[in-house]
Amino acid sequence: MLGYIASRAFRALVTILLVLTFAFFILNATGDPAILILSADAPPEAIEAFREEWGLNAPLWKQYLGYLWNLAHGELGRSMRDGRDAWAVVSERIPVTLAITIPALIIKLVIGISAGIVAALWRDTWVDRLVMAFSVTGYTVPSFVLGLALMLVFAVQLGWLPAAGADSWRHAILPIITLGVAGAAVLARFTRSAMLEVLGQPFIRTGLAKGLVWRAVVIGHAFPNAAIPTLTIAGFMIGSLVAGAVVVESVFAWPGVGRLLVSAVGNRDLMVVQAILLLVTVTMVSANLIVDIVYGFVDPRLRTARGGPARGGT
Amino acid sequence: MTVPLIELKDLTVDFPVGGNWVRALHGVSLTIRRGEALGLVGESGSGKSVTWLAATKLLPAKARIDGEVLLDGKPIQGLTRDQMAGVRGKRVALIFQDPTSSLNPVHRVGTQIAESVRLHRGFDAAAARAEAKRLLDRVHIPSAARRLDDYPHELSGGTNQRVMIAMALAGEPDLLVADEPTTALDVTIQAQILDLLAEMRRETGMALVLISHDLGIVADITDRVAVMYAGRIVEEAPVDALFDDPRHPYTQGLLAALPDVAGPRRRLTAIPGQVPNPAALPPGCAFAPRCPAAISGCVTAIPSLDAVAADRRTACFRAGHATPWEIAA
Ligand SMILES: Nc1ncnc2c1ncn2[C@@H]1O[C@H](COP(=O)(O)OP(=O)(O)OP(=O)(O)O)[C@@H](O)[C@H]1O
Ligand code: SF4
Ligand SMILES: [Mg+2]
Repeated sequence: MLGYIASRAFRALVTILLVLTFAFFILNATGDPAILILSADAPPEAIEAFREEWGLNAPLWKQYLGYLWNLAHGELGRSMRDGRDAWAVVSERIPVTLAITIPALIIKLVIGISAGIVAALWRDTWVDRLVMAFSVTGYTVPSFVLGLALMLVFAVQLGWLPAAGADSWRHAILPIITLGVAGAAVLARFTRSAMLEVLGQPFIRTGLAKGLVWRAVVIGHAFPNAAIPTLTIAGFMIGSLVAGAVVVESVFAWPGVGRLLVSAVGNRDLMVVQAILLLVTVTMVSANLIVDIVYGFVDPRLRTARGGPARGGT
Repeated sequence: MTVPLIELKDLTVDFPVGGNWVRALHGVSLTIRRGEALGLVGESGSGKSVTWLAATKLLPAKARIDGEVLLDGKPIQGLTRDQMAGVRGKRVALIFQDPTSSLNPVHRVGTQIAESVRLHRGFDAAAARAEAKRLLDRVHIPSAARRLDDYPHELSGGTNQRVMIAMALAGEPDLLVADEPTTALDVTIQAQILDLLAEMRRETGMALVLISHDLGIVADITDRVAVMYAGRIVEEAPVDALFDDPRHPYTQGLLAALPDVAGPRRRLTAIPGQVPNPAALPPGCAFAPRCPAAISGCVTAIPSLDAVAADRRTACFRAGHATPWEIAA
């Protein structure tokens, strides 16, 4: 198990390095922070001074190596906009994002999983068709369209909720619903197919054959098995808690990590972008790792995959 | 005469297939007396499994079941699915073809057996576990105490089938329906499982229905055999009578296809032709297209299953004619 975790951690490290390198060169190739931050008609001396201050005149490979060197020493650099520590700029946005993504996650899990279960248990009935219609709509409609539609109806037309901003808890409602609906749709479909797959297995018939009532078979035998694939997608959702709201935050002007990422990319505020990418990759990768470990607990077949030959003679 | 343990009367089953009802079972009647062992034989698709899944209400809900099922002379076909749970396991237990996928992969085998023990005998957890261990001993699994904590994927197919049998015994059933319990297993292990079933029947006095493709397998441990073809019973007789004097051309074909005791094992496909699709049964006798004894009347009317002796029934217009089977070796 330890060796397994070590190899996973190594692969994660490589992933992170690749992401950071890629972003570093792409951002440098597509815009000049000096001009983007100071604006194009700033005096040339000011632009030159800015370049000098931030080391932008050095060859790109030197800048890159310097970045890696600092990173290796735990320094994420400073924001070119205001000179503050990049990590400080990013970390103050994390709770703002979590304020909408955590409630949305709860909605996704509760509604998505129960809708999927209900659809599978009442397969081919109107309940199933209703859930599937919701599910298909929920994940074919892009979240910015859904967000705008909700905004139009509940903020503009009905005036029940504020359209954008983050001044009160009421501002969080539409972003949360937008995120929650999209995720619940995905999870419902996933849970449904996991349940149907399990319900078709011979051991379900065995459960009935031994005299259990249907409800007991579903709870005691179907759920633990259907949980295994559902865990994967739920783990992915947990991994995207900090970064999964880029679009929705932009639509609703919610000042979280996602919105910071968009503006930092626009400004080519390199160190802030890199800090966010680092944060995102680390959370995704650790969520994956945790899912893998939990898998081992839930599915005994994985736990003993290296456990040697079958026992028991005949 | 005492009331039979279980009686199926004119059982029919239809499945919805592409908007139509397709009849898989065309009026099956069978009687199982207390403690007796019946073999149910026929090629794949003849309706052996569907018969017993229908009788125990284990078919998918969309299937339409008609006819009567009497347990101790009382009709049970009106029971709801949950009420049937009181019959399954306790009165009628079932084991299936693929033992490993018939066990839940995420629960330990001891837990799965203990679940049945608690359900049927109301033991507490500790007592149920002790009983589960005793049951594993009874089905001759070595080091039973340690096997309790194994998962099905850690055990061989033969051991898992023993676990299934132990689980079936947990409810002390009056009837065990074993649906091709050895088909998925190696030949040597097949024999051990059959011996075990015979031994358990002797010990407990429960009745046994052994479903198989193979007349040879059934002959060793049952008293009576019913032969099925295309959703009907076509012949039923005591084992010895059936082997000595098969009356139905299909039974005669099955017997002719049996390997010599010393010879190599062959499948029953040795009868030329194929089992008809239930959605497109031939008119008249469903066996007519493959039957060497068929006469013109065979394609216009369906032969009924009639008593041809005190204890045997045959469904054939030419019952008793020796059929000139030419089975390719
Ligand atoms: N759920 C179902 N839906 C539609 N048709 C079914 C269903 N279950 C069984 N059938 C059909 O009923 C017929 C009888 O099937 P059954 O499983 O009883 O055969 P069997 O004699 O047990 O064969 P085998 O030896 O292969 O197990 C087959 O033609 C099969 O295709
Ligand atoms: S009824 Fe006719 S076709 Fe059918 S088995 Fe008898 S002889 Fe053959
Ligand atoms: Mg079958």
